[in-house]
Amino acid sequence: MKLTLERRQGYGQWTLLLTILGAVLVALAFGALLLLIVGVNPIEAYRLMFVGAFGSEFATVDTLVKASPLLLTGLGVSLALRANIWNIGAEGQLVMGGFAAAGVALFWSEWLPEPLLLPAVILAGFVGGALWGLIPALLKIFGGVNEIVSTLMLNYVAVLWVEYLFFDAWRDPRGFGFPGTAEFPRAAWLPRLTGQLHIGIIFGLIIAALIWFLLNRTTIGYEIRVQGKSPLSARYAGINVMRNLMLVMFLSGGIAGLAGMGEVAGISHRMQNGLAVGYGFTALIVAFLGRLSPPGVIVAAVFVAGLSVGSEQLQLSMNLPASFALILQGAVLLCIAAGDLFLRYRVRLNVRPPSQQMVAE
Amino acid sequence: MELALIESVLSIAIRAGTSVLFATLGGIMTERSGVLNLGIEGMMLLSALAGFAGAFYSGSLLVGVFAGMIVGGLVAAVHAFWCVTLSANQVASGLALVIFSTGLADFIGQNIGPEGTTLVGLAGPKLQRFAVPGLSSLPIVGESFFHQDALTYLLYLLVPLIWYYLFKTRPGIHLRAIGENPRAADSLGVSVTRLRYVYTIVGGVLIGLGGAHLSLAYTPGWSVDITSGRGWIAIAMVIFSLWNPLRAVIGALLFGGVTAIQFRMQAAGTSIPTFFLSMAPYIATIVALLFISGRRSLYRHNGVPSALGTVYHRE
Repeated sequence: MKLTLERRQGYGQWTLLLTILGAVLVALAFGALLLLIVGVNPIEAYRLMFVGAFGSEFATVDTLVKASPLLLTGLGVSLALRANIWNIGAEGQLVMGGFAAAGVALFWSEWLPEPLLLPAVILAGFVGGALWGLIPALLKIFGGVNEIVSTLMLNYVAVLWVEYLFFDAWRDPRGFGFPGTAEFPRAAWLPRLTGQLHIGIIFGLIIAALIWFLLNRTTIGYEIRVQGKSPLSARYAGINVMRNLMLVMFLSGGIAGLAGMGEVAGISHRMQNGLAVGYGFTALIVAFLGRLSPPGVIVAAVFVAGLSVGSEQLQLSMNLPASFALILQGAVLLCIAAGDLFLRYRVRLNVRPPSQQMVAE
Repeated sequence: MELALIESVLSIAIRAGTSVLFATLGGIMTERSGVLNLGIEGMMLLSALAGFAGAFYSGSLLVGVFAGMIVGGLVAAVHAFWCVTLSANQVASGLALVIFSTGLADFIGQNIGPEGTTLVGLAGPKLQRFAVPGLSSLPIVGESFFHQDALTYLLYLLVPLIWYYLFKTRPGIHLRAIGENPRAADSLGVSVTRLRYVYTIVGGVLIGLGGAHLSLAYTPGWSVDITSGRGWIAIAMVIFSLWNPLRAVIGALLFGGVTAIQFRMQAAGTSIPTFFLSMAPYIATIVALLFISGRRSLYRHNGVPSALGTVYHRE
């Protein structure tokens, strides 16, 4: 008796949904095992996490606040992945968006008419991230540099750059040694919906719709998808692969930049330590979990944010490390990566030895 | 005076570069076989934890070092299972392992201290530095190269050994072949699957040594930010070295040198340029990539494994 794999021709929506749900369940089961080992009732823990993340209005708002940057960075990363570009640099692009937004908010308020300040801040956030995202595209086109490595490396350059700013050059002289810039003028604050929830999340929803439209209803979107499936046939079909690469990275970076803008102009109202907290990787989880589709990414962003907020609750009430969220997030991504196997192959239990089929090692 | 300064910078550079060089060598072994390893940071972190916990509870440094090696190998085995057997996406698997390991290391570290408390802040056995008689009295290099800990000395042996293994032995040719052209290697009877497992795990063991060096020698003790991005530096150094262990030494010394100069500058009271100095390894990697990939001929002769990151199916 042997497990064999047969190549599938395609898969339906239900298979896709089942693999995602399966991956999440396996990851949660692993987490439950870990909780059992440290002597915690997993059902009670997961119940507490759920209540902590969605159990009250306050909790839900907190989760949505965390979901906003994840939604934007996740959308950016998934757009790039649709063109088969691995943008692991959402973190750097987010940070550079925050940097550009902070620069405009701090130094342009003196000469820019007040009503124009906020639009300028938002635009700066987009452009800051977009230009930072464009660098790996240019490096790839003109230097043949792999974008996985360049986006990864540029994250650290960006983070060190803004650290230099808020620890040193832009540090608030009246900040009592606290590492951060001065507070932005009120005209540069992003309007809030409720609590700390600012309109960045609405940007996220609008951009999700725009990306869906771009990919499914426009020629360029079609080209991007072809390019993502098969770069070679895209080239044969006369698609301008280089231009699309630049466009996708520009947009992907810009969307991540909006997330950074939201963090500084919507929440802290200054640029400070804690701007970069690993969004680059979390964004990848969100993109994978949402299977690169805009509606999927929306659900995934809320789910992943819920894991973080729920784990904080777990820390408060059960004294468990909040890093439990990271374990679950990592496990989810691992399971989804493994789940791809079920999308590409049909796993069969064969009683007779296989003849021409691939044997599972 | 000047000489003493160079000596001390070099000495710190070597100490700081040791863990990165171990991890870089591990990355080279794994990636030469065609398996992309973006999980180095996670492997280092868990092995640093294992190294410290092993030494703390056994009282033996040797146990600690072995624990680090074993855990490094185990995490790498998971990566191999994902990349080779499940033919999962190698970028996703590596990054997922980093996130997962970071969470797991923190979670475990906070639960396995005495009576279920945290391991953070506890003092354990420490790998001492010792002078090699004779060699350590050489001018300049003596004090810096030959007054280090045992793991650093192990590196002095490992670097030429790995180089020799990769480029001068038959198994080394097989290793490079499966990373270069797995189909051709397979048709000559080399088992791609088995060897990719072997070298991913060997790489993990080396990375584990790097992790153990951090928690037992460089910054003895355990905290979850003990690696502080050294795994990513190692990924940069694997590329910077063009998958060659000898060039990896230059990369590690460059990183170590930057760290040492930062120490010096902080001691002198200037902090401004340290941010920019810290950018150096990352920018150097991009520049190195720009330099090699722009020229096709250079690219081909410089050891970038052609099949890196691709799944091999025997069909």
